[in-house]
Amino acid sequence: MRRYVILFTLLVLFVGVTIWMTAIQQVGMFKMFPPGKVVRETIKHLQIVGAAEAIAIGIGVPVGFIATRRAMRFVSPVLVGIANVGQTVPTLAFIGIAGAVLGMGYRAAVVALFIYAMLPIIRNTYAGINSVDPAVKEAAQGMGMSRAQVTWRVELPLARPVIIAGIRTSTVVNVGTAAVAGMIGAGGLGELIVTGIAVRVTQLTVQGAAPTAALAIILDSLLGEVENVLTPRGLKVMKEKQWQQ
Amino acid sequence: MIRLENVYKTYPDGTEAVKDLNLEISKGEFCVFLGPSGCGKTTSMKMINRLISLTSGKIYVDDKDIMSFNPNELRRNIGYAIQNIGLFPHLTVWENIATVPMLKKWSKQKQLDRAEELLELVGMDPSVFMYRYPSELSGGQQQRVGVARSLGADPDILLMDEPFGAIDPITRSKLQDEFLKIQAKIKKTIAFVTHDIEEAIKMGDKIALMKAGRLVQYDDPATLLTYPKDEFVRNFVGADRVLKGLRLYKAKDVMKEPPVTVKIDEDPARVKKRMEESNTKWSMVTDEKDRFIGWIASDDIKGSKSIKEIYKPPTVTAGPDTPLNEALSMMINSTIGTLAILDEDGKMLGVLSFDIIRDMLGQEESEQQKETKASGEKS
Amino acid sequence: MWQEAWQYFLKNTDKILKWTVQHIYIIIVANVCAVIIGVTVGIFISGKGRERIAEMVIYFASIMMTIPSLALYGILMGILASLSLPSIGFLPVVIALTLYGLLPIIRNTYTAIREVDPDMIEAGRGMGMGETQILLKIKLPLAVPVIMAGMRQAIVMNIGIAAIGSYIGAGGLGQPIFRGIANYRTDLIAVGAVCVSLLAIIVDVVMGRLEWLTTPKGVRIRLRRKS
Repeated sequence: MRRYVILFTLLVLFVGVTIWMTAIQQVGMFKMFPPGKVVRETIKHLQIVGAAEAIAIGIGVPVGFIATRRAMRFVSPVLVGIANVGQTVPTLAFIGIAGAVLGMGYRAAVVALFIYAMLPIIRNTYAGINSVDPAVKEAAQGMGMSRAQVTWRVELPLARPVIIAGIRTSTVVNVGTAAVAGMIGAGGLGELIVTGIAVRVTQLTVQGAAPTAALAIILDSLLGEVENVLTPRGLKVMKEKQWQQ
Repeated sequence: MIRLENVYKTYPDGTEAVKDLNLEISKGEFCVFLGPSGCGKTTSMKMINRLISLTSGKIYVDDKDIMSFNPNELRRNIGYAIQNIGLFPHLTVWENIATVPMLKKWSKQKQLDRAEELLELVGMDPSVFMYRYPSELSGGQQQRVGVARSLGADPDILLMDEPFGAIDPITRSKLQDEFLKIQAKIKKTIAFVTHDIEEAIKMGDKIALMKAGRLVQYDDPATLLTYPKDEFVRNFVGADRVLKGLRLYKAKDVMKEPPVTVKIDEDPARVKKRMEESNTKWSMVTDEKDRFIGWIASDDIKGSKSIKEIYKPPTVTAGPDTPLNEALSMMINSTIGTLAILDEDGKMLGVLSFDIIRDMLGQEESEQQKETKASGEKS
Repeated sequence: MWQEAWQYFLKNTDKILKWTVQHIYIIIVANVCAVIIGVTVGIFISGKGRERIAEMVIYFASIMMTIPSLALYGILMGILASLSLPSIGFLPVVIALTLYGLLPIIRNTYTAIREVDPDMIEAGRGMGMGETQILLKIKLPLAVPVIMAGMRQAIVMNIGIAAIGSYIGAGGLGQPIFRGIANYRTDLIAVGAVCVSLLAIIVDVVMGRLEWLTTPKGVRIRLRRKS
C-alpha cells in the first residue's frame, strides 16, 4: 500500500513538473517545447524502446533457451560470458559505436538498444531454465512427457518469472538508453533533454527529463505486476516458505 | 511380465555400467535391485522405461520388445517414482497426480476422480490436500504424493528409484509399511532400486544383488540370507544376516504353546507344584475370560495367599504378525526373556522365547528344502 | 575507422590519460560518498524494529535506480539551478552517481547484516560483547564481502553513467564520444567507446578480485565448498 503511495507521489510530481514547464511557454529568449511536441516525442521514445525490446525478446529468449540444451554445453559458457561482459560495457559506448557504424539516427539507436537489451534476457533465460530441478525434469520424462512437453509444461513455466525479470530489467535500462540515443538524433525524449543542455536552459531539460523518469517508473511497476501475475502460484508459496525459514 | 535378456550398457566414455544382465520379474512380483552405489542397479531399472538406452540385448515387457514402443507411450504405461520425488512445484497436488492421465488426455472429471482416489489410497485426505502445492507438504507427504503420481494412470508396472531414500528413518519405515499394504491391494509388478539391505529384505519378493554391472545373485530374501552365493554377497548382507533373516518370519509362525498357564483364581500352592513339575520359572497368568494379564515367578509364590497379589503385569506383548526381529528385541528388553503373543482381544495365542527362536534357526540350517516354502508364506 | 582511431590514440595519449583520470576521480569521489552514506543507512535500517523503514528505504532507492541517468541529470540541473548552485559540470554528476550507487550498497549492507547467523550473535553476546562490539567484530567483517559486491556493481554501473555525465561538462571518457558524435568523427567515438568499455571491464575484474580478498579466510573456504 505504502509503495503505491510513493509511486503515485513520484508520478504526480514528474507529470506535474512537465506540465508546469510546458505552461511557462518562454524562458528569456527561448521558447519552451509545445505540449504536442512533448507527447509526440514520448510516443517516439516508446516506439524505439518497444521495437528494440520486441526484437530482443524474439531473439534473446530462444538463444538463452538453446544455450541450455546439452548439445550446446561447450558453446553456452562462452555465450553467457559474452552476455556478462557485454553488460558491463557502458550504454554510451554501444550507442556511439552503433552511430559510427550505421550512421546517426533511428536505425542505429534501435540496433544498439536491441543488442544491449538482449543480454539480460539471454542471461536470465539461461539461468532460469538451468535452475529447474533436474529431479523434476527426470520425473517429467520418466512419466512419458515428450521433449516438447517437458519444455512447455515444466521448464518454461518454472523459468517464466526469471525470464520476465530479465525482460523487466532490460526494458527499464532501455528507457534510459533510448534517452541517450537522443544524442545521435534518434528522436524521443532524449532529444528534448539534449536540446535543453545544449542551450543551457534547465527548464527545457526538465521538460524532457521528467517524462522520461515517469516512463521508466511506470514501465518498471507495470512489468513488476506482469511478473507477479505470470508467476505460478505454487512458486510463490515456495518463496514465502523459504522466507519464513 | 518384465524380461531382460543379455542386457549390456556401455557409456560413450567406455564405462560398462551393466554387463550381461538376465533377469525375469513375474507379474505381481516385487523385485528389488540391490547393490553398492555404482553397481548398475539404477541403470538397469532406467533401461526398462528407456530413460537410458540399451547398448545391446533385449528387454521385454509383456512379451513385447520395448524397442517396438514409442518411448513416451511406453513411459506413460509404466509408473515411475524417484528418490528426489521431483514433484512439479508449479502444479497443485491433484495436477501432479493427474500428470499421466492428463498426458493420456483423460477428461478433466476423470482426472480429478482418479487423483482423489489415489490420495485416499496413500492415506491423505483429498478434501485437505487436493489443491495444496508441493511446497506446503512435509517430506513424507511429498513422497506419498510421488507414489500416488506414479500410480496415476493405473500402470501394471512400477519403477521406483530409492523412493524412500531421502526421508527420516521413522517416516521411512512407516511409508514402507503403508506401501506394502497398498501393494497387497494393487498387486503391481515392481522394480525397486535401493542400496539398503534392510529395505530390500522388508519389501522384496525377490532381490537382485548386483556388483560392478553384473548380477551376482537373484533369489528371494530368505535364500539370499541363508545361502549367500559368494564372499561378496556374504559381506554385503552382513555378519548379522541371521538376525536380518528373522524379519522374514512372523511370531505366529514359530510361537509355541506355553508350558504352564495359570488362572487368576487358582490356589498358589497348586500352581507352584505344577510349575516345579514342568520345571519352569515363569508362567503366564490369565483372567476369567482367558485374557493375558501378566507373569508369575515360582519364587514369588512362597507363602502368599492369592495369585492376584503377586503376579507382575507384562512390560511388552506382541501380536501374531510381529516380525521375529522385533519380537527378539522386545525379549531382550523385557526382564523375563519370554514374550507373550496375544490376539487383538488380549487372548493368549502362544509364547516366544530365546530357545524357541534358536531351535527354529537350527532347523532352518538343516532343512534346506523347506527354506523356499517359508519365504513363500511370507509374501 | 579503427585505424584512424588507433592513430588518434597514439597521437593524443596525454589527452586520453587526462580524461581517464578525470573519469576515475569522479567515480572515486561519488563512490566514497555512496559508501559512507549507504553503509550508515544500511546499518541503521538493519536494526531491530526497523523492518518497515528498511522496506521503504530500499524501495525508494530501487525507484531511484529506474530513473534514467540522462533524465536524472536533467532533473538535478533543474534543482541545482533553483538553489543557485552550479547546474553543470562536476557537482550534478557526482550527486547523480552517489544516488545511483546507494541502492546496491544499502541493499547489500542490509541483507548481509540481517543474514548473519543468529547463533553467532548469540555466542558473541554470551562471551560478553556489547552491541557495538557485535557490530564491529562479527556483523561487519562478515558483511564486508557482500558490501564489496554491492560496491562493485555500483562502480561498474557508474562508469557508464559518468560517461554520459561528460555531456553536462564533467569531463571524462565520454568527452571524445560526444565530440565525435557532434563532429561526425568516428575515430573519436571509437577511441572513447573502447577506452570506457575497457575501464569498466578492468574495474569489474579488479573489484571481483578485491571482493575475494576481503572475504575472511574462514568464509572463503565455505564459499569454495559451496561452489
